[in-house]
Amino acid sequence: MAESQQPAAPALEVRNLSKEYRRGVPVLRNVSLTVGDTSITAVIGPSGTGKSTLIRCINRLVEPTSGHVIFRGIDVTRLGRRELRETRRRIGMVFQEYNLVERLTVMENVLSGRLGYVSVGKAWLRRYPRADIDAAFELLETVGLADYANSRADALSGGQRQRVGIARAVMQQPQLMLADEPTSSLDPKTSVEIMELLVSLAQTRRIPVVVNIHNVPLARRFATHIVGMTGGQIVYDGAPADLADDDLREIYGGEDWLE
Amino acid sequence: MSPVATTHARSVAFRANWPARLAWLGLAAYVIYATSILDVTWERFQVGLEQGARFISRMFPPDVAPDKLRLMMRGLYESLEIAIIASALGIALSLPIGLLAARNLMPAWVSWPVRLFIALCRSFHQVIVAIIFVKAVGFGALAGILALTVGSIGFVAKLFAEAIEEISLKQVEAIRSTGASFLNVVAYGVLPQVLTRFVGFATYQVDSNLRNSTMVGIVGAGGIGGTMFAAFQKFDYDYLLTILLAIIAMIMLSEILQNAVKRLFR
Repeated sequence: MAESQQPAAPALEVRNLSKEYRRGVPVLRNVSLTVGDTSITAVIGPSGTGKSTLIRCINRLVEPTSGHVIFRGIDVTRLGRRELRETRRRIGMVFQEYNLVERLTVMENVLSGRLGYVSVGKAWLRRYPRADIDAAFELLETVGLADYANSRADALSGGQRQRVGIARAVMQQPQLMLADEPTSSLDPKTSVEIMELLVSLAQTRRIPVVVNIHNVPLARRFATHIVGMTGGQIVYDGAPADLADDDLREIYGGEDWLE
Repeated sequence: MSPVATTHARSVAFRANWPARLAWLGLAAYVIYATSILDVTWERFQVGLEQGARFISRMFPPDVAPDKLRLMMRGLYESLEIAIIASALGIALSLPIGLLAARNLMPAWVSWPVRLFIALCRSFHQVIVAIIFVKAVGFGALAGILALTVGSIGFVAKLFAEAIEEISLKQVEAIRSTGASFLNVVAYGVLPQVLTRFVGFATYQVDSNLRNSTMVGIVGAGGIGGTMFAAFQKFDYDYLLTILLAIIAMIMLSEILQNAVKRLFR
């Protein structure tokens, strides 16, 4: 592969990525973007503009139709099943509806971040390495849920569930975190707390983050880099400070909503 | 009529569903026709009631002679063994078979043949399957075990596959995104979502197998059924009553046990 191993290489490079679920109806059109090594990249844009598809093409939960995703020098789009699984282990993911396994405990959910490393027999018998268990307890402490380790995930509130979701992703010791609308199911106060948690965990562990978010003020507050999408295309790519009302008008259309 | 009313005169809130009405009518007509063909008459029912009363009066008091009881217990134990072995086998096999039949996890070239196999297991009543196995492996409990195992797969695997097809794929997606292997995705993303339902199907099947295991003996496939059938044929109706009461007691016990198991798994 042609990718160089120089230290300044970006964490993630998306090149000319397109996705059509149905032939002739592209959801992503020729999307290219670069994610720096410790950046927080917020992808903003209206609903149904392909943000979720973009983020799922990165770890191939959705198969891209064409284009490339270069993660740490590896072209993810060309990987076989086994290599893909090994790459996914290095990419954590946080979901809009938390996607916890409801009937499992908080601890089991957090440890499921290590499932890429544990054989099915050991996973079934809950025989995780001691280091993983210690790390899980420590993470639960960090996200403020140490007392809930043995509660079932479906007994938690939305904000608590998303904390577990973040802990699960960080548990992978990822080199990239993807977050798909992590705050859209939460109230405004909890949304800010969740973003603060996500960003602080990412920064202390030097994990770059790509976060889909349709809340522009939240994006401005937490991101170091903003990508604006509309109609499956990128129409803004730059610093939060440079994001002007004109850009927002182009991304979301109309202007009545801009106060 | 006022002008306002005329504009709405043609809008009917509840439209008549003629095809459905015709279907009901057709069903009623067929039931009447079939009754006439099968010589089902009120007189026959009345005569039958009298005979039934005589039959029941001959059942009392139940026969509790020690040797008869011993014979009965032997049959009952064998039925219990047939039911439990067949349930264990059938339920254990249903787990992988049901998984392979789930269309949301498996490609069509896997799920369709497996679904066909399950349909085959369901096609015949257990007594018919038992007759086939008696012919194949001879009289005795083995035939009963095999027959009930087949029936268990037909029921549990089918419902298990359907339960899997209704799970939330979001939880599965999250586990996949961690780089987990397929088996780990099944263990963490799929099974926790269907476990309680699987336990429900399984306990129901144990109950059903208990009842069926008392019946396969009639065709020589082992268990209390053979003893019961002999009692029928020898007009030992008082002994028959003893057996029937014992079966009722067994089923009630299993009901209590089932509830305990379900509570355990919630």
